[in-house]
Amino acid sequence: MSVTSVKTQCSHCKLPVPDGLVDASAEHQFCCSGCKMAYQLINSCGLDSFYSMVEHSDQTSANSAAREDGFEEFDRESFLQNFAKPLEGALMQITLLLDGIHCAACIWFLEKLPSMLPGVLDANLNWARQSIRIRWDAREVSLSEIARTLSRLGYFPHPVRVNKDENRRINESRKHLIGIGIAGAAAGNNMLIALALYLSWFSEMGSGMTTMMRVASCFVGLVSLAWPGRVFLRGAWNAIKTRTAHMDLPIALGLAVGSIAGLVNVIRGTGEIYFDSLSVLVFLLLVGRWIQFRQQGRAADAVELLYRLTPKKARKIVDGELIETYVDMVEVGDKLEVRPGELIPVDGEVIDGHSEVDESILTGESRLVAKSVGSLLMAGTKNQGSVIRLQTSAIGDDTRLSKIVELVEQASHNKPQIVQWANRIGGYFVVTIISLAVLTLIAWLYWAPALAVDRAVALLIVACPCALAIATPLAISVALGRAASRKMMIKGGDVLQVLNQPGMIWLDKTGTLTEGHLEIVNIHEYVDIGAMAVALESNSNHPVARAFVKHFKLDENAVHSLSCVDFVEHEGMGVSGCVDDQDLVIGNQALLRHFNIEINEQDRCIAQQIIDAEMSPCWIACNGKVAAIAAIGDQLRQDSLGCIQQLKSEGWQIGILSGDHQSIVDQVARRLGIAREFALGQLSPEEKVAHVKHSMEDYSTVVMVGDGVNDSAALAAATVGIAVHGGAEASLAAAPVFLGQQGLAPIQDLLSISRSTARTLRWNFAIAIGYNCLGATLAFFGLINPLVAAILMPISSLSVVAMSLHSGKIRGNHRPVSCMLDEKSPGKLIAGNGNEFVQFDAEQNTEVEESGIL
Amino acid sequence: MSVVYIALPVALLLAIIAVIAFVRQVRDGQFDDLETPPRRILFDDVEAHKKESN
Repeated sequence: MSVTSVKTQCSHCKLPVPDGLVDASAEHQFCCSGCKMAYQLINSCGLDSFYSMVEHSDQTSANSAAREDGFEEFDRESFLQNFAKPLEGALMQITLLLDGIHCAACIWFLEKLPSMLPGVLDANLNWARQSIRIRWDAREVSLSEIARTLSRLGYFPHPVRVNKDENRRINESRKHLIGIGIAGAAAGNNMLIALALYLSWFSEMGSGMTTMMRVASCFVGLVSLAWPGRVFLRGAWNAIKTRTAHMDLPIALGLAVGSIAGLVNVIRGTGEIYFDSLSVLVFLLLVGRWIQFRQQGRAADAVELLYRLTPKKARKIVDGELIETYVDMVEVGDKLEVRPGELIPVDGEVIDGHSEVDESILTGESRLVAKSVGSLLMAGTKNQGSVIRLQTSAIGDDTRLSKIVELVEQASHNKPQIVQWANRIGGYFVVTIISLAVLTLIAWLYWAPALAVDRAVALLIVACPCALAIATPLAISVALGRAASRKMMIKGGDVLQVLNQPGMIWLDKTGTLTEGHLEIVNIHEYVDIGAMAVALESNSNHPVARAFVKHFKLDENAVHSLSCVDFVEHEGMGVSGCVDDQDLVIGNQALLRHFNIEINEQDRCIAQQIIDAEMSPCWIACNGKVAAIAAIGDQLRQDSLGCIQQLKSEGWQIGILSGDHQSIVDQVARRLGIAREFALGQLSPEEKVAHVKHSMEDYSTVVMVGDGVNDSAALAAATVGIAVHGGAEASLAAAPVFLGQQGLAPIQDLLSISRSTARTLRWNFAIAIGYNCLGATLAFFGLINPLVAAILMPISSLSVVAMSLHSGKIRGNHRPVSCMLDEKSPGKLIAGNGNEFVQFDAEQNTEVEESGIL
Repeated sequence: MSVVYIALPVALLLAIIAVIAFVRQVRDGQFDDLETPPRRILFDDVEAHKKESN
């Protein structure tokens, strides 16, 4: 448990102020000029209430880098045409996506934009989309000025084109709401009318009054059926036409029979009417469907995914000159230039230059692919080698990346098996109910003919399949939505079913069991090799390379002054190259063997010491001789042990599949209590796939938890592949689950959600069956009258809906739910889940001594 | 109780008016964003009169 040093806090963002920037004489300290400017601006507009309302998330979001963008692009005619909407006069409107919105304070703050910038008339924030809609007067202020202000405040703006999908969703949402509104009004009013009719059994009500009530009930009921209820009738009609089973069938049957019988009875003047129950049924069913619809929207949105995977800006070549422009404005046929390290913005063909491209986001293969004139490039991939120029062949929705993302989205709409099963049940249900009704009819025709029809109709109305019709899809949707709000993106509900059966879990080591940050803990240097090592490693994105760059903290110029050629990344072993005319090799022992570099006894001892200290030795050799040995360590996560024990107690067998040293893997396994035969190291991606496939022979459920990019084949091979943070969205093509947070705790949550959902579904079925048996029995014996029906039907629907809304809850108190600043100790957050609280150190994200029960 | 003969139709009429208003507002887009308004309730009505003091 680390003890924090007392650091001065930035008055704006509450992060620690570097010692060099602390100004003893100033009243407020700032960690950077950005915060200082933001603070001054906020103050000058009299908006310091911001500070009392702000919530701090558990991510240090201060890395929305202060970009040097002047946003001049925003004022260009072509830009405004594409993104802004002119209103009357000189007024214009635009929607901008903002980076860095994280709480209510941001909403309040940004909507005060008009008071900060004269000329801005209106600023309206959409939390779900993380976007702001601004109306401004073009005569008084320019869009670039607005963008600059937003950026200075810490919210980087991006233009966004409204796409057709968005409109479709909005329209669907509106249709749902209208249906619910009308159904709700009808249900409420009908219930009031019905109340009067029930009371009329106990005391006198004139026949005129009774008739009026019945007519009113009929009228309202038919309205409810005709408009919101027609969804079910149409669904049932389609099901009949195509001879498929669907839950709408029994519902439509009940509604139709109930309405016709009721209408007949109203005209006749005698007999029961059930319009109140029918109206309520329609209302509840529509509410269930709407909740489902909303939850679906919360899961990965194809547009947003696509947006995050491609760069925002592109470099267009026009008449030999380079113009920076927004990717949305690139047309097919435009020539673009892409520099090394940048993402390729569009699909295209290389017209000049040759390079190596990292296509892992699409293929999962981290090996670089060589590209030269004529080769095809794909949007979202990363150019690693050198500058290339391409001619655009596909943009936006037409790129291959977009198609993949669309597939992902479509897959998430696929009905999980259990819903298909529930639909089939609907078919059987109808048949059963109709047979029972006919039976009742015949039976009563024999005993008391006058009552026969009434009994049969009552049965048909009361037999409500709501539990299956809404509860199953609803329970799954709610669970998925809950998961999504915890940054777990799950494609399809089948995953939840499968995870109920404990089997085998293969874990990746780095990032899941360990912190994921490789660090150079110490380094035995024979020669001062720092600058050269960094020069070489800065060409690679590997965690080890990043550890080097981070450790030496060298100035950019010192590194760039060293020339680096012939850089080669040796998969699984290290890197090599020629820096400043000296051959440099950095990697593990296998790489040194590859280059025939000798390791003497002394160095071997040092390496052994490093391994004993549970770290990995990284060798640096210059011109064929060992120049330094770095000890690279990755700390185990604090929650790993506890989570592993818990998983084992639930019946899961745990194993490790890692590309790292076997000895390191053994140590980790020992510390975590994982059996030796299941801790496998030094594996290549192909070997991992083999192990996963092999274990599927022994266990029915095999879960693979790994990096979405490097382990995608293994993830796809497992029963349930879980891609974890760091694998980026590329993993969605391979794995049905993507966890946005590191560590094992999310996996435990996932299992908890899965169990909870299964439990909910079981309860729902039990309630449904129980209710229907009860209802059918009562109807058969003539005990169903409108009052009884009105009580029974909503109870069954509501209880089932209520249960479904609870599905997907996470049991266990290891997840803090709410976070707030601790007023008494600056730099600390208090996180609590309602019962207990824990104090976090905001800087280091570790638990501090105090924790307790509220 | 014969007032109910008038009261009931009037009540239904009011309900219809409410529904029409609701439908119009939905079509106008008032209910498109249901996530942001819950967060707005946290705001206090603080007047920003401090510009002069700086």
